[in-house]
Amino acid sequence: MAKTFAEKALGRAAGYEVQEGDIVTVYPDFCLSHENASSVADTFHSIGQEKVYDPDRIVIVFDHTVPPPTGSYANSHIKTRQFVKEQGIKHFYDMNCHGGICHQILCQEGYSAPGLLIVGSDSHTCTHGAVGAFATGIGRSEMAAVWATGKLWLRVPQSMKITVNGEFKPGVAAKDLILKIAGDISSSGADYLSMEFHGEGISRMSIGERMTLCNMAIEMGAKNAACKPDEKVFAHLKDRAKKKDWEAVWADEGASYVKELVYDLGDLIPATALPGRVDNYAPITKSAGRKIDQAFIGTCTNGRLEDLRAAAEILRGRNVVVRTIVQPASVEIYQKALKEGLIETFIESGCVVNHPGCGPCVGVCGGIIGDGEVCISTANRNFTGRMGSKTSEIILASPATVAASAVNGVVTDPRDFVNGSAGKGEA
Amino acid sequence: MQISAKAIVYGDDINTDLIIAGKYTKTLNTNDLVEHCMEDLDPDFHQKCADGAIIVAGKYFGCGSSREQAPIALKNSGVKCVVAKSFSRIFYRSAINIGLPLIECNTELIEDGDLLECELGGNILKDINRNLTLHIHPLPELMRNILECGGMVEVMKRYGGFEEFIREVKKRNG
Amino acid sequence: MAGKTIAEKILSQHSGQDVHAGDVALCDVDAVMMHDANGPISVRVFRSMGGEKVFDPKKVTVIFDHCCPPSNEKLANIHAFMREFVREQGVNFYEGGRGVCHQIMVESGRVKAGDLVIGTDSHTCTYGALGALSTGLGATDVATVLKGGKLWFRVPETIRVNLNGELPPYCSAKDIILNVIGTLGADGGNYLSIEFYGEYLEKVSRAQHLTITNMVVEMGAKCGFTCHSGLGIAADADASYLKTVEIDLSTMEPAVAKPHTVDNVCPVTEVEGIEIQQAVLGSCTNGRLEDFETAARILGGKHVAEGVRLLILPASETILKQMAENGILSTLIAAGGIICTPGCGVCVGTLGGVPADGEVVISSTNRNFKGRMGNNKAMIYLASPETVAASALKGKISDPKKLPEFGGAGD
Repeated sequence: MAKTFAEKALGRAAGYEVQEGDIVTVYPDFCLSHENASSVADTFHSIGQEKVYDPDRIVIVFDHTVPPPTGSYANSHIKTRQFVKEQGIKHFYDMNCHGGICHQILCQEGYSAPGLLIVGSDSHTCTHGAVGAFATGIGRSEMAAVWATGKLWLRVPQSMKITVNGEFKPGVAAKDLILKIAGDISSSGADYLSMEFHGEGISRMSIGERMTLCNMAIEMGAKNAACKPDEKVFAHLKDRAKKKDWEAVWADEGASYVKELVYDLGDLIPATALPGRVDNYAPITKSAGRKIDQAFIGTCTNGRLEDLRAAAEILRGRNVVVRTIVQPASVEIYQKALKEGLIETFIESGCVVNHPGCGPCVGVCGGIIGDGEVCISTANRNFTGRMGSKTSEIILASPATVAASAVNGVVTDPRDFVNGSAGKGEA
Repeated sequence: MQISAKAIVYGDDINTDLIIAGKYTKTLNTNDLVEHCMEDLDPDFHQKCADGAIIVAGKYFGCGSSREQAPIALKNSGVKCVVAKSFSRIFYRSAINIGLPLIECNTELIEDGDLLECELGGNILKDINRNLTLHIHPLPELMRNILECGGMVEVMKRYGGFEEFIREVKKRNG
Repeated sequence: MAGKTIAEKILSQHSGQDVHAGDVALCDVDAVMMHDANGPISVRVFRSMGGEKVFDPKKVTVIFDHCCPPSNEKLANIHAFMREFVREQGVNFYEGGRGVCHQIMVESGRVKAGDLVIGTDSHTCTYGALGALSTGLGATDVATVLKGGKLWFRVPETIRVNLNGELPPYCSAKDIILNVIGTLGADGGNYLSIEFYGEYLEKVSRAQHLTITNMVVEMGAKCGFTCHSGLGIAADADASYLKTVEIDLSTMEPAVAKPHTVDNVCPVTEVEGIEIQQAVLGSCTNGRLEDFETAARILGGKHVAEGVRLLILPASETILKQMAENGILSTLIAAGGIICTPGCGVCVGTLGGVPADGEVVISSTNRNFKGRMGNNKAMIYLASPETVAASALKGKISDPKKLPEFGGAGD
């Protein structure tokens, strides 16, 4: 019988054939935590544990509070460093030249690979389906149990299939597709499901674009998301795969899905998610002109080199008229952006460049907004108050749309810039 | 005006970060400062201040930042006056400006909890417990006038400008 | 009558009277600088004085640098309050991220020799390197100036500091000013003006001068001047000084100010070997291009020791851009540097870079008070960029003299 990606990947992990609805006990290849490792460690100790099951399967990345904005965050870092040391955890990314946002690091450094099972104590762990891993977020207590026993149970999810054809028009990007999908199926439209992305439109996408799509699957409630691993993925992993026993698995033709959707990229226009809910979709034609106080380009959704390039293309030679924060997703990306002159472009146009991390997106540091302020952001969540004050609002959009909006001070269609007709903020 | 309260004794070089740390100074509501006043120096500060107090220190009280939140935090916490061997210049100006009296004198013999008394503008400070009379370095005349007016805000409100104030003071003093 | 010191000259000019040390002068102020930490309270006081319009919007500059970008909504709201003031008054304005207020005042040409400048920050004394009498004041004094453009100043006595001989290559201006503060004491310049003299000042760049004047407030001084032929203002030859201090540069050792006071100065050799967890390079004291060039020379191609976080805090966006252009930024990132937004965050403990309990920080900033960086259980040592970079490399307080870059033998 034809199988879905989830059935195949979890069957591989379980060591026997499984089908949707089965409960399997599996050993994740990698277990990811960020700053919440410190609270995971507390739970781990409180359940009477001393040694983790396998330190080599644990990856810890500091990204939420770098550098720490308060002494208590700094103290929490110390606790985690001590835990890392005492447990012999090698895969640890402190604040230094190897750091970045955990999901970027996991992918960039070759932890995520086809067929592997990855769990993370962060909801956006679903990102790693971009390279064909089965990856899902779990809670802190469960993570403590996984650290202790090495395993956890998972229910094999039902699946939905999204087929993507065609090519983007200029000024339109992966973020616009995923915001459109969220609008179409709602924030619970993929609850518990495995979201598979199929089609030549996906094949043409870079790994980064696929990460943008898979990253946001959780915003529709999905358990995981996945794209078919292909040559791009194999080439990326060639010299950096952390585990050599990865295996490309993909859904069979004729597998059964609870939902099937088809998109043509050529039909898409720039998208926004208006404040409050990720599924609050508005095409740019409807949202253009809304006033903003801040613009933010970065995060695990859209902080990669190609995202920075898209923003820089619009910002080059223009001035931003609202506070604009650019935050590369990793130090490696920061360095590459420096080499390409992108960082200089951002500084020249008046942006603030933050050190890689999650700060503003999670409302911890680096660009918090005040009462009644509106931020247009390339992040993945726009819940009211997420970036600061209870009365502040967030609009989600692509890097190009955010950059164009920063230049005009209002939500702006990036196609105005890409097609040559410039905005009003000439430098 | 007579000031009378118990002494809280601290040492030399009490800086503005100890009086109110930088992380707490960013507020428009100066009552917010009270909670954190002196927290890194003396956890019992507020208890000691409950019925009003006079801070007694060594040399160079208030050194460091220009943050006026430091004298404001002390005043709002119930400090009636600061007595020290010397003050840092910005703190000195700012305290007078907000109407927190300062006294410069030798503080070596005063002990924690002593009852102190003085007349604002006078030349002596009395330590009742130790039966001491200490000589005060008088405030410069200009500052005494500002303090007597209730601080600089009052000066500006009452006279409209600083020149007008000085003219008035000169006239009054002949 | 004796000649005048620089402070006497500037205060005479601005009061229209012939004033000398000890006099009180009512002066016209040329420029007012306000930042986002103490500016908002100044505005509040200005209002409570009945202030409606500032005396001259062109002479008032608001710079956001202490809380940028904001790490909580309270700070964001304070920014909004200040932006409203800026809009309504039409004063000069720099948004967060442009740099530390003092560096911006210097770079933007808003200060010139002979000016009288006040600011809401104690390190406003920095502009003495440009020949201005500049000084930090509390909110009420600043509000008084906002309202009427005038303020009273007591004309300070002046200490003359002669910097003699040639500074060794492993030392820089920071070592000089730390040594001077160590010699005079934290209140050794209280209420005073400091004039620095010496051949050294003719030879080094403005960046070194700024490092010296930046820290005169750490010995209580009202203002300080690095006197040299290019200053644009000079004291009279027969000016009278409270005292003259002779400093020998040729025998100078790299200096460190130990916790928790700036005058707790010792030679680096005395504290060598103390383990550090954080190193901070930058700020208005030592965050200029040549400070980072020095650090890059030491850290280039290497990585900071394990367990050390290196925070890079450029004094301005212009400097950050220059660092990006000439490759220093990339070098420092590769060495483990965490690049912070140009501004004050780390130095004043309002934003990223707060140390943990019991941690030891070595920093090129200007203050090491208990709790300064946001945690009263951390220990802060102040030193030059050379010493900070050397220490970051070794993971412990280290003497830059021993580095091969300075002809040392290494370890």
